[in-house]
Amino acid sequence: MKSGDIFNMEVQQIHNDDAIDLMINMGPQHPSTHGVFRLVIWVDGEKIVKAEPHIGYLHRGSEKICESEYYNQVITLFDRMDYVSNLNNELAFSLAVEKMMSLDVPERAQYIRVILCELNRIASHMLFYGVYGLDAGATTPMLYGFRERERIQELFESVTGARLMHNYIRIGGLKQDVGPDFKSKVLKVTEDLKRGIEECDVLLSKNEMFLVRTKGIGIINAADAVNYGVSGPSLRASGIAYDVRVNDPYSIYDRFDFSIPVGSNGDCWDRYYVRIEEMKQSLRIIEQALRDMPDGEISTPIKGMVRPPKGEVFIRTESPRGDLSVFLVSDGSDKPYRVKVRAPSFANLQALEIMLRDTYLADAVLVLGSIDIIMGEVDR
Amino acid sequence: MGVIGKSMVEPNKVIKREREIPTVPVNLDVIGEKLISFLEKESFQIFDALISVEADMVTINIDKEKLVETAIYLKSTGELQFDYLSCITVVDYIASDNNYEIVYHLISLTHQFKMAIKCILTEENMTIPTLYDVWRSADWFERESHDLFGVFFQGHPNLSPLLLYEGFEGFPGRKSFPFHDYEEW
Repeated sequence: MKSGDIFNMEVQQIHNDDAIDLMINMGPQHPSTHGVFRLVIWVDGEKIVKAEPHIGYLHRGSEKICESEYYNQVITLFDRMDYVSNLNNELAFSLAVEKMMSLDVPERAQYIRVILCELNRIASHMLFYGVYGLDAGATTPMLYGFRERERIQELFESVTGARLMHNYIRIGGLKQDVGPDFKSKVLKVTEDLKRGIEECDVLLSKNEMFLVRTKGIGIINAADAVNYGVSGPSLRASGIAYDVRVNDPYSIYDRFDFSIPVGSNGDCWDRYYVRIEEMKQSLRIIEQALRDMPDGEISTPIKGMVRPPKGEVFIRTESPRGDLSVFLVSDGSDKPYRVKVRAPSFANLQALEIMLRDTYLADAVLVLGSIDIIMGEVDR
Repeated sequence: MGVIGKSMVEPNKVIKREREIPTVPVNLDVIGEKLISFLEKESFQIFDALISVEADMVTINIDKEKLVETAIYLKSTGELQFDYLSCITVVDYIASDNNYEIVYHLISLTHQFKMAIKCILTEENMTIPTLYDVWRSADWFERESHDLFGVFFQGHPNLSPLLLYEGFEGFPGRKSFPFHDYEEW
């Protein structure tokens, strides 16, 4: 591809047969690409023959910047990677440093972390729900999804002081304790959410038009999904019951009783519905965590600068998009030597080309939407 | 005769205390011990792997010539089944050891194992065989490493820039790449 033909269509022959495939360019500035993402599609008639994702438009070099910041400052950078599930990202980095320093996080902090992270998961899935409806051409789900998300955002604002970019989970615990009305507030929110999720489910999931648009489209089978490194709801939609919270538990997730929703076909609808079911499971976790949450300290004091011992640590967490892993190398100083983020969206996006194969051009937006990518995390 | 007004006291000597740098303690769980006991068996010895443990991660250091056959062995052996390549990382150790280290993190979805493979790359020879044909997820991770660190993956079908724009000079992931003083456009 030459530079300069970004906004033009190009007729190009990529097969040996007589058919001429038309190259269509989607993005990087396109309302349905969820950020700055470019997709080059070759079509034969209306059928997609080949798709090639291009990323890197939002590459800020976060991993490199991490190397010049103090450990506590790195958390703010993690906030900005996956900007709709900030707390899950903060947790991943904090856990890595805590594991390195063998820090014991107080029980109360652990429970508050889990409650907030699960709420963040619901907020993230609610954003997906709204936007996915919009992708499919339904405007109403967006209003419902954002209404539910707003409840959680408001709670986060009252607890952490910020609607987004919370910087609340710190190494060794939390920034500050929650208010005395935290429990009642969360209970109120979960009550509303329970109703809200049910409403959302009824509104879109079994809608006939929606089913026609999403069933049997963008299929990826289990073997391919594993081979392509797909994780999270997209992997589970293909029929593999793998969740890091269950299979390689971190924090205190081994104490809760919840199930892993699994799809069977690996199509767009399965990827969508696994997320709806996951929100219900998250509510179960929040309920149990609220019940068991003890009183006490919320942070382990660290003397002086955060200086983890020399060595390396690989931590795996389940972010709303999938397996978010952090590989942290320390040389014993007060700044990380190397931080590598295994972003779930990055790996999931690789599988797009196989999902798009032999689908119609009109479905490209729906298939892309069903992976739920966040470009801030893909490009880092 | 001393100069009036100038203090005769010697300035405080800065005594730099050599801080002893501790290392991350080894903390291997039951699953990790099961894995390590399997790797220490004879069938794995042909790869001349150096088995160690970093925190809770079983790590093997191997020669990069043997990377592909090791990878195929790890993926296809029934007791291991490392079917999931999680991540590829390049770490710049030029300042201390004069080399780069490439780390592959593998997960076994069936047996819950996790392990890391490490290979050494020197600045003169940044070539390493690709794992594209073993795990398809290596594709973008290898392209990213190619972009940011200049690692050349032999046999990779498409090593065009992924995160950087075409024509970008230098390898921004390396420690030697200037952090502020470079012209972008």
